[in-house]
Amino acid sequence: MNKPLRRIAIFCGLLVLTLLLRDNWLQYVKADSLREDTLNRRVTIARYSTPRGDIIVDGDPVTGSTASGSAGLNDLKYKRTYKNGAMWAPVTGYASQAFGANQLESLEDGILTGNDDRLFFRNTLDMITGKQKSGGNVVTTLNSAAQSAAYNGLKKQGGKGAVVALDPSTGKILALASYPSYDPSVFAGNSNDDAAAWKKLQKKYDPNDPMLNRALRETYPPGSTFKVVTASAALENGLYKSADEATNSPLPYVMPGTTTELKNEGNIPCKNATMRVALRVSCNTVFGKIGADLGNDKMLAEAKKFGFDSEQFTPVRSSASVFSDNMNQSQTALSSIGQYNTAATPLQMAMVASAVANDGKLMKPYMIDKLQSSNLDTISQTEPEEMSQPLSSANAQILQSMMETVVKDGTGKNAQINGVTVGGKTGTAQHGVENSENPYAWFISYAKLPDGSKPVAVAVVIEDDQANRDDISGGGLAAPIAKSVMEAVINSKK
Amino acid sequence: MSSTTNTSTNHTSTIGSIGTPSRRNTELALLVFAVAIPVFAYANVGLAINDKVPAGLLSYGLGLGLLAGVAHLAVRRFAPYADPLLLPLATLLNGLGLVVIWRLDQSKLLQSLPTYFTAAPRQLLYTALGIAMFVVVLIFLKDHRVLQRYTYISMFGALVLLMLPLVPGLGANIYGAKIWISVPGLGSVQPGEFAKIALAVFFAGYLMVKRDALALASRRFLGLYLPRGRDLGPILVVWLMSILILVFETDLGTSLLFFGMFVIMLYVATERTSWIVFGLLMSAGGAVGVASFEPHVQQRVQAWLNPLKEYKLSQAGVAGHSEQSMQALWAFGSGGTLGTGLGQGHSDLIRFAANSDFILATFGEEMGLAGIMAILLIYGLIVERGVRTALAARDPFGKLLAVGLSGAFALQVFVVAGGVMGLIPLTGMTMPFLAYGGSSVLANWALIGILIRISDTARRPAPAPAGNPDAEMTQVVRPS
Repeated sequence: MNKPLRRIAIFCGLLVLTLLLRDNWLQYVKADSLREDTLNRRVTIARYSTPRGDIIVDGDPVTGSTASGSAGLNDLKYKRTYKNGAMWAPVTGYASQAFGANQLESLEDGILTGNDDRLFFRNTLDMITGKQKSGGNVVTTLNSAAQSAAYNGLKKQGGKGAVVALDPSTGKILALASYPSYDPSVFAGNSNDDAAAWKKLQKKYDPNDPMLNRALRETYPPGSTFKVVTASAALENGLYKSADEATNSPLPYVMPGTTTELKNEGNIPCKNATMRVALRVSCNTVFGKIGADLGNDKMLAEAKKFGFDSEQFTPVRSSASVFSDNMNQSQTALSSIGQYNTAATPLQMAMVASAVANDGKLMKPYMIDKLQSSNLDTISQTEPEEMSQPLSSANAQILQSMMETVVKDGTGKNAQINGVTVGGKTGTAQHGVENSENPYAWFISYAKLPDGSKPVAVAVVIEDDQANRDDISGGGLAAPIAKSVMEAVINSKK
Repeated sequence: MSSTTNTSTNHTSTIGSIGTPSRRNTELALLVFAVAIPVFAYANVGLAINDKVPAGLLSYGLGLGLLAGVAHLAVRRFAPYADPLLLPLATLLNGLGLVVIWRLDQSKLLQSLPTYFTAAPRQLLYTALGIAMFVVVLIFLKDHRVLQRYTYISMFGALVLLMLPLVPGLGANIYGAKIWISVPGLGSVQPGEFAKIALAVFFAGYLMVKRDALALASRRFLGLYLPRGRDLGPILVVWLMSILILVFETDLGTSLLFFGMFVIMLYVATERTSWIVFGLLMSAGGAVGVASFEPHVQQRVQAWLNPLKEYKLSQAGVAGHSEQSMQALWAFGSGGTLGTGLGQGHSDLIRFAANSDFILATFGEEMGLAGIMAILLIYGLIVERGVRTALAARDPFGKLLAVGLSGAFALQVFVVAGGVMGLIPLTGMTMPFLAYGGSSVLANWALIGILIRISDTARRPAPAPAGNPDAEMTQVVRPS
């Protein structure tokens, strides 16, 4: 009987071997994906097991951490707190024990919890010296004065809207505000109150959708502010060589292939107007015809150079702005004045203003300046990066002078600042079926200091349900907010 | 002699030799480790959870040491030539199991469950009873061949034990598996654990008598030796029995275990590979057949194929779904190579049955791949020492009984560990020695007792063949 016994011995050995192999598969090969599975409760437990690192603006944290109280069964030790949460929510996102995390709180979770591999050495050292593991900090590029001006401007105005301000020479995001907003601290825990607060903020229960980050995730028809892109396409493609060359623009202008007239707002001098005048009074006919003359491909190429049609990662993702392909001439004409399918995020329009202000160079927008360990050692530093060059330096200067005219004696007078040259463009975009809904008020601008430096470019959009339709114009609603944001940046530089 | 093992000087072969060392001191030395390691682990858990050495450390250490000492003395006195590894290995597993059960007792999450009770003191009591059972087996079972007399009584006993959970008022349906009976004053008892041993005794006794008939009286068909119908009877009966267990008690594991044990013993008895082919075909057929209409089994299979979906369904509050499988996988994955350290994992997220059916997941998370591999190897060693005992046994009944018990042990480890690790569908059985459960601890200590008895008989020096010059010659030639 010994021969079958030996075979049984081998069989039993194989059973154990199979288990060993399975265990290696589970605990070695698949270990990381199982450990990091967001459904795995341990991920949440780890996230809140130590005081979370902070998100820092201008040297001060806008976040905090507090012991969540060990009442009942809570296995999560610390809870996130926010200072002025509603104002900073579009930047920080939220980190909730019950509802997960998003934006910076989620993207830099590893640094904030201290679990990032780059903190490994430090953690090991802490373990040896018996110190509690603590998270690192995320230092943002934001400017608290500008953010405050942006948020309070929107709040005072009262309608829904968003503001993005960039530093044109680096791409640093200086302000990123969305209104109405939400305070992430109200649902940071996992109690019933937190759940109720969370529920109340959902779009289903609050039609204003306060949790939507309008600065990055909402696209609006950019309206006349898009004429800046059309103007740069005209200059870049050599359609017109200067701001003061008369354009070939009939009035009334019937769009090619149609019998539809493209109308201007009011009776403005647009017939064969120069681009400077056309931008100053915002002629739809002139820029519509430029778009139609250049054609879909050239317009699309220029729009893409400004960042249209692709998502931006700041590193928080921003929705892709839209300039369509395969349009006929009349559709291209409408798209070139920021209507039809054209849609842009506020970040996108700030990038347009920023590229023009930075003499044609578009810098990649970013909001994380650096990541720090808990003892403030820099772990990584973001270097400014050139994204593209939508227009040459010479053409950028032509466009600057045009935009400066708009503010000096055009539709953007409300953005004038004493002692500072401001260039801008207003926009009033129609939307809804047959333009039935209230238009969006846009304003994009940049400020040029006497020394020639341009510290800020800004885009403001306001969707106002309450306002009288005629009152809505970029110059009236949006320009004052842009002005206060620019002033805030300029003053904080001094 | 069987030449497979050891060197020729240190052999434990089918033919006993004069002067085989008893190895009792080896056993004692190993037992010291088997007690010290769990004590250290216990201190480790206390430090991790409460930042202090647990108050019960001394009494736990003394208690475990005392139990191991009693068991060792019993072996020394009643089975002096027994295998020296079996007792320390079982003690180590039992001790580690106690530590982890205590560790899970400390979990706030588990304490909040309605099913919670402090399991560690009870398990310590069961361990004491288990060791007592072990000693009783050694004292009263002077020769394992005595069991041969109880062949048919064992069969009857096993059937009664298996039927008990189906008796109305006695059986308890715990989360879909009807494998428990509730005894007033004792709590739930899992009779299947004891039936395992009784069945092994029956199979060994039956097969020893019938093996020649089974092996020789067969017809050749398609290259296979087909047994005669009348010899096929018993295997069909066992097959039917395991199917019935599967259907009425919805216990996939036990039915697989019994059938597997029978096939192994049949193969060893008859040395016919055709029996294995038959066995596999019949078990596969039976399993598929039952799975096609038994919803409990189907649900287990679904949970095995897609544990994440099962988890989501359970989270969504759909009745009849369990998050346990996925929670166990997460526990293993989060443990990684070296584990989080005892007391520092979150395997209590498995909630129900974390300290019984799923106890391996806690080991996986807190001791990591390294710990689980060590534990699996310990199980492997127990099994191989058991098969080794079967090889060494001098009588066919002893061989069959030893291989049956070790085979069943191996299958149980495979079915439970494989189920918890997601290799095969989950079944309601417990890891021998590690998991919480009185029936399991008692039955497995009895199993080890029987194996020790057989190995003692096997390794006991044969009576000196005095006055036989041929034997003298044989001894002289052998290198020493």
